[in-house]
Amino acid sequence: MKRIIPMWIAIIGGFAMMLSSFIPLAESAGEMFADVFNVVAAIAFVLGAGSLAKQHLEKLSRRDAGWGYSIITLGSFLITLFIGMLKIGIHPNPSFPQAAYSGSNDAEGSAWSWIYEYMITPLTSTMFALLAFFVASAAFRAFRAKNTEAILLLGTAFIVLLGRTFAGVVLTGWFPDWASGLRLENLSIYVMQVFNTAGNRAIMIGIALGVAATGLRILFGIDRSWLGGGDA
Amino acid sequence: MSAGNFNNTNASARSWFERLDRVDRRWIFLLMFLAVSGPILWIGVTGKTLPEAPTLAARAVFQEIDQLPARSLVLISFDYDPASAGELQPMATSLVRQCAAKNLRMVFIALWPLGSQVAQQTIQDVIRDDYPALKEGDDFVNMGYQAGNEAVMKLLLTDFAKAFPKDSRGEATSNIPILKDVKMASNFPLLISISAGYPGSKEWVQYVISAYNDKMNFVAGCTGVSAPQLYPYFPQQIAGLLGAIKGAAEYESMVNESLEVDGVATAPKYLQAQRRMGPQLVAHLLMVGLIIVGNVIFFARKRRGAA
Repeated sequence: MKRIIPMWIAIIGGFAMMLSSFIPLAESAGEMFADVFNVVAAIAFVLGAGSLAKQHLEKLSRRDAGWGYSIITLGSFLITLFIGMLKIGIHPNPSFPQAAYSGSNDAEGSAWSWIYEYMITPLTSTMFALLAFFVASAAFRAFRAKNTEAILLLGTAFIVLLGRTFAGVVLTGWFPDWASGLRLENLSIYVMQVFNTAGNRAIMIGIALGVAATGLRILFGIDRSWLGGGDA
Repeated sequence: MSAGNFNNTNASARSWFERLDRVDRRWIFLLMFLAVSGPILWIGVTGKTLPEAPTLAARAVFQEIDQLPARSLVLISFDYDPASAGELQPMATSLVRQCAAKNLRMVFIALWPLGSQVAQQTIQDVIRDDYPALKEGDDFVNMGYQAGNEAVMKLLLTDFAKAFPKDSRGEATSNIPILKDVKMASNFPLLISISAGYPGSKEWVQYVISAYNDKMNFVAGCTGVSAPQLYPYFPQQIAGLLGAIKGAAEYESMVNESLEVDGVATAPKYLQAQRRMGPQLVAHLLMVGLIIVGNVIFFARKRRGAA
């Protein structure tokens, strides 16, 4: 039962969504399943939160390596949850002044917006910015012209790296009009729009065919690997 | 040169290459830090930015917004979070600024959990600060975040109010004047997505634009990493595309030029993308230099049979 019921839900839902794109009469069924999917997606957040708490509590109880980080994760999670659910520092919605919790979490000056502005934003931006340092180190150590493919990759990288900045204009901006196609800024556009587009389209068509094939296998109940293990 | 001298020179060169090859990566981090911080300081002090020549993809974004009649509805999806704001926020700011200046009615939505806050911040920085005459609910509205990724997009195709039953203030969609005539996504002549990955511009093309290509236009802004995946859709499905900070700088320069007032300097918040092109230039040059040095070492060691 643990496998059969989810399989039939997937089959009915999948067919309803698919048919709603082709048959106007099935539109409302597709809409209903899309609606249900949104509810399920919201419930998935609860499951995700439960899974996060379970994993880190286990790590804590076993005193695994790095258990101190689990305290920080769980602490941040609980504090944010507490602040968000109790809507600390949020005034009621002007339309419903009597309802204490009718205000929005996005409201300026709320505790949640403070967490967003002074914790989430700087922390995530810092993590993203660190990429530049690691990419530079990797470029120095790993980007070697070992064979023809690597040489082509290197050449393309140089064109795009220089063509996407003012360096391209300085280096090749003096090329006469009849050779303007060879200017680095134009070459980088050419690389992106011709070579990249051709390669990406080929990959995308391959992926689309694979997705269609896998989708049909799931819809017809042939592929049941997504159900995982367990009793039938 | 004697044989002894030659061997000495050879040995010293080899040790040089070996030392360079084994250089502590913290030295490279330091170089990158200097490469980025130098131009930031220089641009901060002088206020000068590098000139931009807008490409076709960036020009198309500007024109798509520019050609809309005043009071047209624009759906703007903030599909990114603060991690990518360094790359995407300047274009988001300029896009909202051009829409506000054109007196277009903007409906903000988010398919990323923190996208709603980013949209709210942009509304504050651009609309509330510089276009205070625009009223929330009549001229713009932030519908907030909705979970469900592609399912939300599918729902938008048939029923906007079901996908977003209330705005970020808690106001019911049916009570919001700007959405009075909005039944579904195709009621918006223009969709703008600023995205950092999944779900984002690619999914908008697959689930919404492919169904409404004749009814609504679509322009997108994206990170450098996702730009190659979106180029295949330009210009058929994606009418205009801003790829990374370079695309943002090109577009920003066009918006600034179109809204320029004689004798009034452009506010620094509207120059963010162009300001970031300076550090990007030096960082890219450093990367090219590092790759060249790395390869010189590689070939030198290979020639000596060490690689």
